[in-house]
Amino acid sequence: MNEILEILEKDARTPPEEIAKMLNMTPKAVKNAIKKLEKDGVVLKYKTIINKELVRDETTDVRALIEVRVTPQKNLGFDHLAERIYQFPEVTSCYLMSGTYDLLVVVEGKSIHTVSNFVAEKLAPMENVRGTVTHFILKKYKEDGDILKQPEKSKRPAISL
Amino acid sequence: MKISKLVEKIPPSGIRVFFDLVLGMKDVISLGVGEPDFITPWNIRERAIYSLEEGYTSYTSNKGLIELRHEISRYLKHKYGLEYDPEEEILVTVGVSEALDLALRAIVNKGDKILIPEPSYVSYGPITTLCGGSPIFIKTSPENGFKITPKDINKFCDIKTKAIILNYPNNPTGTSYSKAELKTISKIALRHGIIMVSDEIYCDLTYTFDHTPFSALPHMKERTIYLNGFSKAYAMTGWRIGYACGPRNIISSMTKIHQYTMMCVPITSQMAALEALKNGEKAVQEMKREYKRRREFVVSRLNEIGLSCHKPEGTFYAFPSIKSSGLSSMEFARELLKKEKVAVVPGTAFGPSGEGHIRISYASSLDRLKEALARIEIFLSKNKVR
Repeated sequence: MNEILEILEKDARTPPEEIAKMLNMTPKAVKNAIKKLEKDGVVLKYKTIINKELVRDETTDVRALIEVRVTPQKNLGFDHLAERIYQFPEVTSCYLMSGTYDLLVVVEGKSIHTVSNFVAEKLAPMENVRGTVTHFILKKYKEDGDILKQPEKSKRPAISL
Repeated sequence: MKISKLVEKIPPSGIRVFFDLVLGMKDVISLGVGEPDFITPWNIRERAIYSLEEGYTSYTSNKGLIELRHEISRYLKHKYGLEYDPEEEILVTVGVSEALDLALRAIVNKGDKILIPEPSYVSYGPITTLCGGSPIFIKTSPENGFKITPKDINKFCDIKTKAIILNYPNNPTGTSYSKAELKTISKIALRHGIIMVSDEIYCDLTYTFDHTPFSALPHMKERTIYLNGFSKAYAMTGWRIGYACGPRNIISSMTKIHQYTMMCVPITSQMAALEALKNGEKAVQEMKREYKRRREFVVSRLNEIGLSCHKPEGTFYAFPSIKSSGLSSMEFARELLKKEKVAVVPGTAFGPSGEGHIRISYASSLDRLKEALARIEIFLSKNKVR
């Protein structure tokens, strides 16, 4: 992967001037490269990773992984149905899978109730959906490479040769 | 109680007082650390834990687990084309520190001279003295990028010269040598018939060119003691494990000392090292890329704030000049610590030729490096006003 991407993936807020120093480039060249990555859609957007385990209030969402078995449609395969499913704002991720089911749909909602309603009323009755299995997430430990707890303090002595 | 004359000869460490000062202070950003800020990759830690569960708690063969020696041999062959016989030419040691001690004890007779390019790692001189040898320090300077030249070696070689300890990439200067430079050194070593003790613990952290082990040079395998370990590349400092490779008579002599002093390296560390060699390369490369970016950042910032710094070829150290501040190394380090709470190591910790320099370790997260450099900049501007 492009080194600029590697740096931004770790910390999206790294200023172009600092990236320039790290990669021995001019700030202008870095800015242009980032602009191009944005324009080409390689860099989609910059977001913040929030540890929602620590913001336990009424806005906290529950999350479920839903295995969906579908009947592929002629000429359209899985893509058409996937598109119909991922358009729902409740769906945070949607993947086509190998194995015993076809689509893995990640759904977020205010409560178990809203998620089950979504499955029962929207997802399951959809034409060509043959069946669903819903798994609620109980606790998150690590998400997309980030461990969801405060990093521990360094155990190194402050000075050594 | 009277202590031995040899031990008495070793000067007490002048740096200790400064270290105690650092350790007694709170909220210090430390750029004084000589070890990686990464913790050992999980697969390596997990292997060690599992080995304990499996009941691997015994002694091993003195030279180290034969599987580990095989793996070291394979690794050196694959990476550098080196051929070392795992049965006879490899010894697993408690870090390069023990390996260096064993190497010197195996070769030094009373009165032998050992050449040590300076600034140098702190143990080379004292261990030479403990072995009854005379350390001869060869000064290197920033004008030469802290490199020794064949001329230097020529000048200091005489009939009593037994060996030279070459450490590259170098702690504290970060200097390393290209293959061509090493070749010219090897020719001089050959001409004078001296042994090369080559401490290559930082070899995996070489950025400017590919690392060349000294024993890979023509005719050098039979006169080089190659020292390497797991501490720096795999972030395994606390495991205390390294190895020495060399001619079989040397390795068997070193093993003799090792078996009476250390017996063997702890088996848990050996199991971990085995995993590191088998499945650790990806983590090493990732850490190396991160260090390289930090190096570029730190060196460019140092020059920007007026501390001139040559770009080190390897390690995770920068060794900038602080002469522009008008302070000595020790004063600079002490004042910087007191006023801005940034800890660095005065260059004089590595010998008198380190005067006028400080060692900055960039084995720290980029955020902390940024903050520390900003504080050094403030320190310099206040120092100027005064």
